[in-house]
Amino acid sequence: MLYEHLLSFMIFTPVVGMLIVALLPSSQKNWVRWSSLLFTFLPLCLSGILFLNFDQALADMQFVEKTSWIPTFNIHYAVGVDGLSITLILLTTLLSFLCVIASWGIEAGLKGYFSMFLLLEAGMLGIFCAFDFFLFYIFWELMLLPMYFLIGIWGGPRKEYAAIKFFLYTLFGSVLMLVVMLAFYFYSDPHTFDLIELSKAGILKFNALDIFGISLSAEQFAKLLFIFLFIGFAIKVPIFPFHTWLPLAHVEAPTPISVILAGILLKMGAYGLLRISYPILPHETYWFSDALAVLGLVNIIYGALCAMAQITLPEAKGGNDLKKLIAYSSISHMGYVLLGMSVFTVEGIHGAVFQMFNHGTTTAMLFLLVGVIYDRVHHRKIDGFGGLGNVVPIYTAFVSLAFFASLGLPGLSSFISEILVFLGSFKVYPSLTIVATLGIILNAAFFLWALQKIFLGPLNPTYKSLKDISARELLTLAPLAILVIVLGVYPMPALDLMKSSLDHLLTLFQAL
Amino acid sequence: MLEKVLWLWLTPLATAIILLFLGKRLPRRGDWLAVMGLGLSLTLSLSFLLELFQTHTFEWREQMAWLSLSGLSISFGWLIDPITILMLCVVTTVSFLVHLYSTEYLKGDPNYARYFAYLSFFTFSMLGLVLVDNLLWLYIFWELVGLASYLLIGFWFEKKSASDAAKKAFLTTRIGDMGFFIGIMLIFYKTGGLLTYDDIFKFVAQGQFTGEFLGIPILTLAGILLFLGAMGKSAQFPLHVWLPDAMEGPTPVSALIHAATMVAAGVYMVTRLYVLFTPEAQLFIAYIGAFTAFFAATMALTHTDIKKVLAYSTISQLGYMMMGLGVGAYVAGFLHLVTHAAFKACLFLCSGSVIHATHTQDMREMGGLKSKMPITFWTMLIATLSISGIPFFSGFVSKDLLLAGCLSFVMEHPEHLLLALFAFITAGMTAFYMFRLLCMTFLMPAKNLKVIDHAHESPWAMTLPLCLLSGLSFAIFFTGSLDGAGLLQVFGSWHDWFNEVILNPAPLDEAHGNAHGPAMALSLILATGGILLSYLFYLKKPELPQRLAQNTQAIYQTLIHLYWIDELYQKIIIQPLLKLNTFLADRDNRWIDQKLVDGWKPLTTQTSKGSGHFDNIVIDETLVDGSAVVVSTSAIQLRKIQTGKVQQYVLMAIGAFCILLIAVYFL
Repeated sequence: MLYEHLLSFMIFTPVVGMLIVALLPSSQKNWVRWSSLLFTFLPLCLSGILFLNFDQALADMQFVEKTSWIPTFNIHYAVGVDGLSITLILLTTLLSFLCVIASWGIEAGLKGYFSMFLLLEAGMLGIFCAFDFFLFYIFWELMLLPMYFLIGIWGGPRKEYAAIKFFLYTLFGSVLMLVVMLAFYFYSDPHTFDLIELSKAGILKFNALDIFGISLSAEQFAKLLFIFLFIGFAIKVPIFPFHTWLPLAHVEAPTPISVILAGILLKMGAYGLLRISYPILPHETYWFSDALAVLGLVNIIYGALCAMAQITLPEAKGGNDLKKLIAYSSISHMGYVLLGMSVFTVEGIHGAVFQMFNHGTTTAMLFLLVGVIYDRVHHRKIDGFGGLGNVVPIYTAFVSLAFFASLGLPGLSSFISEILVFLGSFKVYPSLTIVATLGIILNAAFFLWALQKIFLGPLNPTYKSLKDISARELLTLAPLAILVIVLGVYPMPALDLMKSSLDHLLTLFQAL
Repeated sequence: MLEKVLWLWLTPLATAIILLFLGKRLPRRGDWLAVMGLGLSLTLSLSFLLELFQTHTFEWREQMAWLSLSGLSISFGWLIDPITILMLCVVTTVSFLVHLYSTEYLKGDPNYARYFAYLSFFTFSMLGLVLVDNLLWLYIFWELVGLASYLLIGFWFEKKSASDAAKKAFLTTRIGDMGFFIGIMLIFYKTGGLLTYDDIFKFVAQGQFTGEFLGIPILTLAGILLFLGAMGKSAQFPLHVWLPDAMEGPTPVSALIHAATMVAAGVYMVTRLYVLFTPEAQLFIAYIGAFTAFFAATMALTHTDIKKVLAYSTISQLGYMMMGLGVGAYVAGFLHLVTHAAFKACLFLCSGSVIHATHTQDMREMGGLKSKMPITFWTMLIATLSISGIPFFSGFVSKDLLLAGCLSFVMEHPEHLLLALFAFITAGMTAFYMFRLLCMTFLMPAKNLKVIDHAHESPWAMTLPLCLLSGLSFAIFFTGSLDGAGLLQVFGSWHDWFNEVILNPAPLDEAHGNAHGPAMALSLILATGGILLSYLFYLKKPELPQRLAQNTQAIYQTLIHLYWIDELYQKIIIQPLLKLNTFLADRDNRWIDQKLVDGWKPLTTQTSKGSGHFDNIVIDETLVDGSAVVVSTSAIQLRKIQTGKVQQYVLMAIGAFCILLIAVYFL
């Protein structure tokens, strides 16, 4: 029973938790907290079971559950897990659990907050498990709603603006995705939403057609669909120039939500591309890969430069914000994912998917750490600190670790994924890759500079009695720190998980 | 064997971790643990060396799987050969003595335990750098020693200058490392995924490494790219700017990292990968090295900060080594690395002893310390004689070989005369500035009595390393040419042995032998000249330097300001970059977000307003309400014909019928 429906249990446990939390009396704040913790801990355990029973040698979907849902339109409730999604599922359950711990200090509207949070987790897990396009789309929309409220109600000063912007941006992408979904359905024979079926050769047959008087050949039509889908996912990644919701949403969202946004939501875009665009539209993907590589490069460099500007740009012009610096650095780091994805080499694609995971752990650490200092001093101005190193040594150690991990220091996990991406992309785009390595220096520059501004130099006397990390905060950071170091020294446990599926994915592109 | 290697390598890592987490709770904050750990590593390294003396050849390798994807496997492996063993001995010896020295030098520092943790971590990374057998792992440890250097330069991070220096060191070397990394990618790509030294060497030896890029053979390009990494780490021009600033770190750190070991990693790398460097790449290395040697020596001439003079001297000596490697005298280049490690570490530790006693780094404040600190003086004198290249000292042996190599190269290729000019002038300058340092610190009359009065000789934990290192500055340990008995016999003939066991056969030919005599004579003359000049300037006529400085203001100012290179970088790289990113971030807010994205807002609001209007006026008021109006008005009009008179109805019906008939008839 458990094994047969493992994924469903995992996805819907948080929903049950949401209902229970909603029914609890709002005066009992600790009940709410502990039950939320329990209902994120259970999916974590289930994903642990999943991890232990996952067959690394298989390239196909495992733990598949497929039942007819809306037979009229051949819609199925179809969930499964393969090497592409398992690392992201593990990341989701882990980060959700840690974020509940990190949310312990929230007082206002606790019940609403945790119900929304649990619904969000269900949506995220659903996205990574679904392999029916319709179901995927439902989860995609489902996740949007709690996120909107979590930013819009529990966020910072400009929360409404940020929430609306996030919502509209994503919705715009969803509409395009909807068009593609319907096109897939109507042009497949037999009509289906099943992503596995759709990826089989000969199922999708596009016709030439006229839209608004513009006649499109079948190939052009497929390319158009690819671009629609790409924009939908690009907004989530985010790819320049669809990125401006991100700094805003990250800055305004409460700490645990920033963690989820950066740690998991950003991965959905790249995941969607790999799950849907790559196998179903391989020719179009290949045709688009040059552009994808260039966009990756732009993300890397542009994100890094904008992040560095947070140190020089005065507050009045929207700079000097540590959270914004990290948000822009995320844009830069997602650029590595794009670059790795664009080259269809073994190193590149493994690097890309591994980078998704590593970015999840490091950036989660970064946002948690910003939250720690924000809780104490209620500002995030990079200029507003100075010399904290000796006052809060453990905190300093964690920030240094997270910063060095982000700037790709060898021995820490991001380094492995970055070199894999570079080794892979150099084979296809040598000059572009050489320019991209500038990102290594720029990343080092702004992270070290920020480190210096906050922790080194003479002590700012305002903070001479600042408290170091508490046990609860340590509990949220330590697991991530351990992952970052262990996978940095020995990355195979993670790479082994994804190997078979990614190799299988690559075979689609070998003939092209 | 593997067990031995692991003990040697991982003990410092283990002590680093223990000290980092538990250091504050251990007695004496655990410094003994670090010293003993290094003692173990040193003992094991020396046991390898002894074995090497007996067998004259040594080769051991071991590999294990690390990262494997389909079609790609990167292993982790160790390679121990004579070069490795020598490096192991250099690293562990200096590191052990520096650990010991630091127990006094850093006494009472609030972060005492953390200091030793960093120092041990550095040693672990440096040993890793030396032990590994493939390029990627070399790069990994290359970066880790950079991290350790960052942490230790910025150890006293409350000082802004220290944190600035740490950042600068990390970033400047990272620029070089970018080249290194691109080189690795290029090799990885060209060889189809090979990364271990042996595999790459075989690939190159088989002549498979072909191709051109912009008219430059790929192999040359790869060599130069790799060398960029060495330029960063070994502070070669134009990436030398970080090393003088790195003197902000504690002095024992400067001795270990920024004189003896890490900065020599570049030289080690070039030696290790010698096969990869084509003649063109070697020429590039030679010119960079020779120019750096000359250039840095000029800057050392005028500086008054004792550590900075030594820093420029280090850059200059590293340039020497690079030049040696570039002209094909790689035995000399590598030997100079080894001898330099001992005498330069000694010099730095001596300067540390002086700073410890006087609490200043400014040589203008010193003088008259000879009687106060005799051990420091004598050991420093020995090291100074060694670096100046005086016979019977180790520096003479390696420098003589280097200069001979350079001269023979120039004799064969007269068009590269510049190399020899740089090299020989540097030899003279080196002797001058080193004796200048010695005179100003110890021999000139005391200038600041307050500083001198409380100066005293350092405790044994500091003087013992000085004595040992100055002992190692004697030529005897490296030549064995004296007919000594006992221990010395073990050392045999180092020189020949070097030629015999290092890598592949040396391109040392007859020209080299011919160049030997003139080179030695010339370098001796220049060194003596330098020493005499500094004697004249600083002891005989101390007013001379000032007068000279006044007469040559332009040159003097240029030297004092280090050729304005830092200012230049600030102007042409850093400021434009900051401007660019501020511009971009500002535009990201103002253009992309507010115009491009939020710019749609007016469109949508206007459209919605318009469609609202349309909805109100056209649809609702005109069509919907309009149809109601039509109905009601027509109803009112129609009501008028509802008269209730049957005749009228019949008349209308007939009329209608007629119209219908007519219509049917005509259509």
